[in-house]
Amino acid sequence: MAETAKPAPAAGGRAATKKELPERFKNHKHVWVFIEQERGHVHPVSWELMGAGRILADKLKVELAGVLLGAPGEDTMAAAQEAACYGADLVYTVSNPILADYRNEPYTKALTDLVETFKPEVLLLGATTLGRDLAGSVATTLATGLTADCTGLEIDADGSLAATRPTFGGSLLCTIYTLNFRPQMATVRPRVMPMPARVERPLGRLVEHPLAMVEEDVVTKVLKFIPDRDQNKSNLAYADVVVAGGLGLGSPENFQLVTQLASVLGAEYGCSRPLVQKGWQPADRQIGQTGKTIRPKLYIAAGISGAIQHRVGVEGADLIVAINTDKNAPIFDFAHIGVVADALHLLPPLTEAFRRRISAHIRDRIAS
Amino acid sequence: MTEKFDAIVVGAGMAGNAATYTMAKRGLKVLQLERGEYPGSKNVQGAILYAAQVEKLIPNFREDAPLERHLIEQRFWMMNENSHTGLHYRSDEFNEEKPNRYTIVRSQFDRWFSKEIQAAGALVLTETTVTELIKDQKGRVIGVRTDRADGEVLADVVVLAEGVNGLLGTRAGLRERPKRENVALAVKEMHFLPRETIEARFNLKGDEGAVIEAAGTISRGMAGMGFIYTNRESISIGLGCLVSDFARVQIAPYELLEGFKKHPSVAPLLEGSEVKEYAGHLIPEGGYRAVPQLCGDGWVVAGDAAQLNNAVHREGSNLALASGQMAGETIAELKANGVAPTARNLGLYKTRLMESFVMKDLKKYKDVPGLLHHNTQNFFLTYPQLVAKAMENFVRVDGTPKLEKEKRTWKDVVSARSLGGIVGDAVKMARAWR
Amino acid sequence: MHIVVCIKQVPDSAQIRVHPVTNTIMRQGVPTIINPYDLFAIEEALRLRDKHGGLVTILTMGPPMAEESLRKALTFGADRAVLLTDRFFAGSDTLATSFALATAVKKIGEVFEPVDIVFTGKQTIDGDTAQVGPGIAKRLRLEQLTYVAGVTGLDLAGRTIEVERRAEGGVQALKTSLPCLITMLEGTNEIRRGSMPDALRAARAEIVTWSAKDAGIEDVTRCGLRGSPTVVKRVFAPTPRSEKAKFVEVPKDAAKPGDKGALAEALVESIFAHHPSLEADITTLARGY
Ligand SMILES: Cc1cc2nc3c(=O)[nH]c(=O)nc-3n(C[C@H](O)[C@H](O)[C@H](O)COP(=O)(O)OP(=O)(O)OC[C@H]3O[C@@H](n4cnc5c(N)ncnc54)[C@H](O)[C@@H]3O)c2cc1C
Ligand SMILES: Cc1cc2nc3c(=O)[nH]c(=O)nc-3n(C[C@H](O)[C@H](O)[C@H](O)COP(=O)(O)OP(=O)(O)OC[C@H]3O[C@@H](n4cnc5c(N)ncnc54)[C@H](O)[C@@H]3O)c2cc1C
Ligand SMILES: Nc1ncnc2c1ncn2[C@@H]1O[C@H](COP(=O)(O)O)[C@@H](O)[C@H]1O
Repeated sequence: MAETAKPAPAAGGRAATKKELPERFKNHKHVWVFIEQERGHVHPVSWELMGAGRILADKLKVELAGVLLGAPGEDTMAAAQEAACYGADLVYTVSNPILADYRNEPYTKALTDLVETFKPEVLLLGATTLGRDLAGSVATTLATGLTADCTGLEIDADGSLAATRPTFGGSLLCTIYTLNFRPQMATVRPRVMPMPARVERPLGRLVEHPLAMVEEDVVTKVLKFIPDRDQNKSNLAYADVVVAGGLGLGSPENFQLVTQLASVLGAEYGCSRPLVQKGWQPADRQIGQTGKTIRPKLYIAAGISGAIQHRVGVEGADLIVAINTDKNAPIFDFAHIGVVADALHLLPPLTEAFRRRISAHIRDRIAS
Repeated sequence: MTEKFDAIVVGAGMAGNAATYTMAKRGLKVLQLERGEYPGSKNVQGAILYAAQVEKLIPNFREDAPLERHLIEQRFWMMNENSHTGLHYRSDEFNEEKPNRYTIVRSQFDRWFSKEIQAAGALVLTETTVTELIKDQKGRVIGVRTDRADGEVLADVVVLAEGVNGLLGTRAGLRERPKRENVALAVKEMHFLPRETIEARFNLKGDEGAVIEAAGTISRGMAGMGFIYTNRESISIGLGCLVSDFARVQIAPYELLEGFKKHPSVAPLLEGSEVKEYAGHLIPEGGYRAVPQLCGDGWVVAGDAAQLNNAVHREGSNLALASGQMAGETIAELKANGVAPTARNLGLYKTRLMESFVMKDLKKYKDVPGLLHHNTQNFFLTYPQLVAKAMENFVRVDGTPKLEKEKRTWKDVVSARSLGGIVGDAVKMARAWR
Repeated sequence: MHIVVCIKQVPDSAQIRVHPVTNTIMRQGVPTIINPYDLFAIEEALRLRDKHGGLVTILTMGPPMAEESLRKALTFGADRAVLLTDRFFAGSDTLATSFALATAVKKIGEVFEPVDIVFTGKQTIDGDTAQVGPGIAKRLRLEQLTYVAGVTGLDLAGRTIEVERRAEGGVQALKTSLPCLITMLEGTNEIRRGSMPDALRAARAEIVTWSAKDAGIEDVTRCGLRGSPTVVKRVFAPTPRSEKAKFVEVPKDAAKPGDKGALAEALVESIFAHHPSLEADITTLARGY
């Protein structure tokens, strides 16, 4: 966005003032969530969005629908059923062999066709590589507004979607509206929204829609798909316990104090951005605005100052524990438990203390 | 094909900029090379700009140069651990139509300056480091080699405005490296605060600015000074001491600055600020006696690279501007008259410097550096403590008869340093100043 | 072959400060840079040109001072630079930005040589939307290849291109036909340092400067604030959590003051007291290990 950050829009802009919604948009109703499904696997961000979408739909007193695009087959049906369990009142599907692998052109056509036919007022997508690729094209084709990487979604008094996202490198937040166009589109990064509870429920309705396109119409061909080799790639975003280290650790060698604690806790480990920039840790270990958003039950941060860009990535944690030598470090403003101490001296005994405590429990369990 | 210019200027600091601008304005084909990402990115300064010299180059610079605040107040502080004794000079006279001194932020001012230079027709290349001077068989400098591929460029004259380290000149055997006792290491931070906060804390309004120059125990017995300058939305704070002293006292420069910042007289001025820039830089302090050879066949040297800095008045950039301009004028004149830039002909540059305030001022203070080297402890530890004690004694009301108080003060003075010593220092200082 | 690379000049966001009271951005002293992600696009374009011949044109929409970024791109060895600048563009969101850029790309194709590939960065560090690239592609009906890690094949005669694209959980090898738009992934190459002749040429180069009209934009209401469907209603600082962290200290009865072992014990105690169900969870997790 060129100027997302304009504090206040000048008067007279086409979208700046709330007017009566143009006639052609008046029949746009309902909240949609795009369900990202590839190779039989639904990206969890879709369910997180289903949770957020439910709240919006209830507020608007409308239905919540899931949108599933893919090749015909059981996977799609299973995903539709799953969507119901996460709160979808109905599911729209477009099943066509040309949708087997994600490609921009057929996906854009399928989704725009659906929108133009069934007219939702809100359309949410995950801010994944697929979601961002698709959202940008669909919004341009429909000439409507799209707010990327939202951290908060609300319905305001007059029923508009208020989408809040970081701006200016994360130092500020801004709330963006698409007042006079429909649908109001937004993308949200994985783990920003909490995962809703899954409740066994029958699928309400399934609306199938055709796709007027054949393989010959699609210019781009997938030659092959190479799954990520690294099977033990970090599962940071979805871990229950995360231990992370920052520049305060002083050297790349000291990072093992973090990995040791993580291994005792059966936790994932992560880091702040400077460690990635310095090459101490690979990029997929970065936590924060430009790295992973996490929502663990326990987050332990050692030697991390708690800059706003880091904070936005960890605020969803149930319990944040910070170890920092500086009692005024900003991390203590949002951590629940703080320790003013040198991490290099505290991490080893902490690892030991946890180890003792846990092995006692394991002994108990085995004994009983 | 190697391109040839009338002149190549190494460095886009004040000296290099003044030289480039002067020559470009007079129609010379000039190439300026700067290793920094943009002009000003590598330059560290307080910074105070003296208007008169800039005016000589660009008369209407006030119209669009990025100036921070014009100075209406100057404070001198003599500090001990928990106090300062100050002298303030503030005058509404300085709220004049064309103010005399301004604070600037170098990275912004230099960028603006560079725009003017390019508008005047010079080519400016940044992110280009000159690695070597190219000489012909006769030892004349005929161009430079840079760190870019196919990086040679030729010129009739090379202006060395590379700053205090002067690596190129040293490497080419044109001069020696500056001695440790002749350079100060200064560290500096920018503390950002809303402008209203700065104005309230320093008693300023609009674009008025104030500066504090501080000396005393903050330098832990080393020869050095601290400064606090008000910019529009930030405060520059820094401290510099002789490199030889740092080696002797074994204290890290940033620790020194931390101490200065935590001083009870300073901390409230900075409270709540956001630090955005930390920089360290050398300042030539050797004065008149440390000035190296100023020109040779096909080259001249200007600014800090020529050690032209008036440490007493903190006029480094001023002298850099003046010397750069004189170097530029000299080269342009030789060119206009079709005279070759030999060592002899370029000697005109040296003559100009000698006849100007640049060398006259340096000559006036030629003994100050030596004096401070030899009496460092007295000037920077003993006397500040004495002054502080005397002041406290004078101000505090505690039922002690005043006569007794005065006697106590004298006793302190005499026990700290013999009367002869003090008088001697005073006389020496007065002489060096004269 | 003719490649257009879209770059944006952005404030170095690491240096941005926020006024503590008014919550406005304090711009003073914030340097501007070429959006770091765009450097990968420039380098990939230059590599293709070096290998297959042709020209690279750099395009930016921004204020007049964005010229600095264009000149820098020329220093790397690009052939031509176009600056799209007009007061009508102020306040553009992604839709309006991609409209202006798409129109300019079309014009570049008409005035200079037909365009085969448009490159953009993956995203900007200020807007951070990753939408402008897809927006341009859609408007110009170009094949859209996002998050590309590298161009693996180019057949100019057959007008086809092969790339590797970062997808969820793996890499897609894609083949498509020209013209296309590619958004480049970061870390895929390293921007070169231009040679001295390149640098001199860049310093002297004439930057092509276009107004909205010059770029062939008839309807300026589709630009800037007026052409932007999204409206920024409110800018604000994140609210601080109401209570500060509860500090755990070395217990008073510790054997020695500052005893780190005792501190660690106290911390573990405090964590489990705060979040009782964690103890069982961690035991299970730890066993799995
Ligand atoms: C556009 C943008 C995006 C960004 N995205 C991210 C992001 O996604 N994730 C991210 O993390 N950052 C991000 N950042 C960077 C962020 O602004 C901070 O610079 C970064 O988080 C700081 O990392 P740090 O806390 O490790 O280092 P520092 O800020 O240097 O903090 C180190 C801390 O360690 C403490 N310490 C020192 N020694 C010890 C010791 N021995 N024991 C204990 N504590 C000690 C210090 O008191 C200090 O608080 C982004 C910045 C920008 C501009
Ligand atoms: C903390 C501090 C505060 C100061 N305060 C003041 C003040 O308030 N008022 C004042 O008048 N003076 C002040 N000074 C002094 C003043 O900053 C300098 O005297 C002045 O900047 C000197 O200008 P210069 O052009 O000679 O050198 P510099 O400004 O050092 O410029 C040299 C330039 O050459 C470039 N360069 C060097 N080598 C190469 C190479 N091989 N190839 C290409 N480029 C190269 C450098 O990157 C640099 O940009 C202060 C200095 C310091 C450190
Ligand atoms: N004003 C602009 N001028 C030229 N290119 C732009 C502009 N804004 C965005 N881009 C390009 O679009 C990409 C994605 O930007 P964004 O959608 O803002 O994240 C950037 O990496 C640039 O290549």
